Amino acid sequence: MDLRNRVFLLAGALLVCGVARSQAPDYGVGHPATQTEISTWDIVISPDGKELPPGRGTSKEGAAIYRVKCAGCHGADGYSKNHAPTLIQSKTARSSEGVVPCLQPCVNDANTLAVNAPYATIIWDYINRGMPLGKEGTLKADEVYSLSAFLLFRNNVIREDEVMTDKTLPAVKMPNAKGFSIPVWKHGTPRLPGYPF
Amino acid sequence: MQSKKPGRRGFLKNSAKLAGLAAGGTGVSKAAEQLTNTSKPKGYMSDEQIAYGERSHYVTSKRLPVMSRHSPDEYGLMFHVLTPLQDSVGIITPSSLFYFATHRGAYIPDIDPKEHRLMIHGMVDRPLIFTMDDIKRLPSVSRVHMIECLGNRASAANTTVQQTHGLTSCAEWTGVELSLLLREAGVQPGASHIIAEGDEEVKGSSCFELAKAMEDCMVVYAMNGEPLRPQQGFPLRLVAPGLEGIFHTKYLRRIKVVDKYYLTYNDYGHIQADPRAAQLANQIGPKSVITYPSGGHKLQGPGFYEISGLAWSGAGAVRNVEVSTDGGQSWKAADLRSPVFRIAHARFAFPWKWDGKPCTLLSRCTDELGTRQPSREEAGRYFNDPPGRTRIRGNDNSIQPWKVAADGSVTNGLA
Repeated sequence: MDLRNRVFLLAGALLVCGVARSQAPDYGVGHPATQTEISTWDIVISPDGKELPPGRGTSKEGAAIYRVKCAGCHGADGYSKNHAPTLIQSKTARSSEGVVPCLQPCVNDANTLAVNAPYATIIWDYINRGMPLGKEGTLKADEVYSLSAFLLFRNNVIREDEVMTDKTLPAVKMPNAKGFSIPVWKHGTPRLPGYPF
Repeated sequence: MQSKKPGRRGFLKNSAKLAGLAAGGTGVSKAAEQLTNTSKPKGYMSDEQIAYGERSHYVTSKRLPVMSRHSPDEYGLMFHVLTPLQDSVGIITPSSLFYFATHRGAYIPDIDPKEHRLMIHGMVDRPLIFTMDDIKRLPSVSRVHMIECLGNRASAANTTVQQTHGLTSCAEWTGVELSLLLREAGVQPGASHIIAEGDEEVKGSSCFELAKAMEDCMVVYAMNGEPLRPQQGFPLRLVAPGLEGIFHTKYLRRIKVVDKYYLTYNDYGHIQADPRAAQLANQIGPKSVITYPSGGHKLQGPGFYEISGLAWSGAGAVRNVEVSTDGGQSWKAADLRSPVFRIAHARFAFPWKWDGKPCTLLSRCTDELGTRQPSREEAGRYFNDPPGRTRIRGNDNSIQPWKVAADGSVTNGLA
């Protein structure tokens, strides 16, 4: 083997080592997460709904669940004099009670989840992880689909007979789909160049 | 004998009873014996005070809940507690006085660190689970960083600096760089964001850029030299320096690496239609406030006072702070009186001789990017707000005026 070949071989060996080293963990601490562990823990739902579990629900089924598990805080018509966030916009809801001034801090009409959410999947994620108060994480997937359908229907986003599933929910056209901006972070860059000067 | 103690408080209550035993030399500690002996001079410490020190009973500085809601909130509102900046010195906020916010009123999860796990998964080569012991085996770093809540807004209704600015605090954090943990898992090409999730009831979660996660974020288990306080996310939290407070996920249990922005639980409440407002709500701007003298203080009379305050920026280190004692007609450089860490509170000071006449005190800071803290009017002009109708978008980093009256009383200049 001449010198040139040796150099190539050495360079090749270093390259392989370098690649292997960059791919291998530096410390090897921690243990591998199994697929079961991941699927048990992973409750976050993307805008396209790819993590949604199989299931289905309708507005009518949701109305029955809402009465039992949600109305106590949020009111029968989706708003209440309590501090619970408004869930059904007042223009469709204020039939049995007068207009209630929102006590700050408060999630008010303008933030009604099923209207303001740019993606329908956030409604599912929010209910699934955060509700009902004190019993978070106890709702079954079908119940969350049903409640999502109920809120979307009562806020005039879907029809009463539309069935919400892991396929139909992400496809719902949300009225506020373009109503939010994704913040951008860049190294060494002012958060809003030119503000206020 | 020790094992028969009915808890420390019970022990102290029953001290008279136990004093008899102590006299018999049956193993009750010497300090307790001293405590129960009325012939000893005042000031002897209890076992509790020997084990874990307390501040003087003459010191009464305390946090205040926003809206004076003291009790657990049954309707699941965010709950904010303000740090007493009017009493602050230096740059480290004592852990007991650190501001905090919760998802569900005054409820704090009780997490056994032996049971706690952190999972890193998603677009990684090796999904991993770490115990607390695993994390403590890894190379640690300690850094001083401030955290500020987006709700830290001054208004005319506020009287003290605790109310106008009390949702920011600064601590030394110890833990592991998030970039190290992500490298252990092996981030895959195409990944762009991470989602960090907590282990409280609602599993609060936020999404931000992978670039920020790799830049300077920390997964911390300690603050100010001891394990995190439960109100600060015990046993594990994320510190995302410079991003608004809600991104500093407490009770951290999971990090998922993804290829797009996910709008999730914590982010939903903060969505902004205007891209400029979204930027201003994401990262903390250059900001400062005079903490002495400030609303509620009273000057004793004309003469020398050192004006003192805090300055910080979510973009990096504070470059300089200026103070005005004439309502903004002239500005002079203040001294930086503390180590100046990036994305941390810096203590500034300005020597001042008060002539006894009414005046307005202001401070403004410039950060390492050259971005300067605006007045409310300057911020309003950027958005073409009608004069006097300025609404600060995102993080309120506008200049705070304090009015000094002829009698030495100090009040909110916005009022």
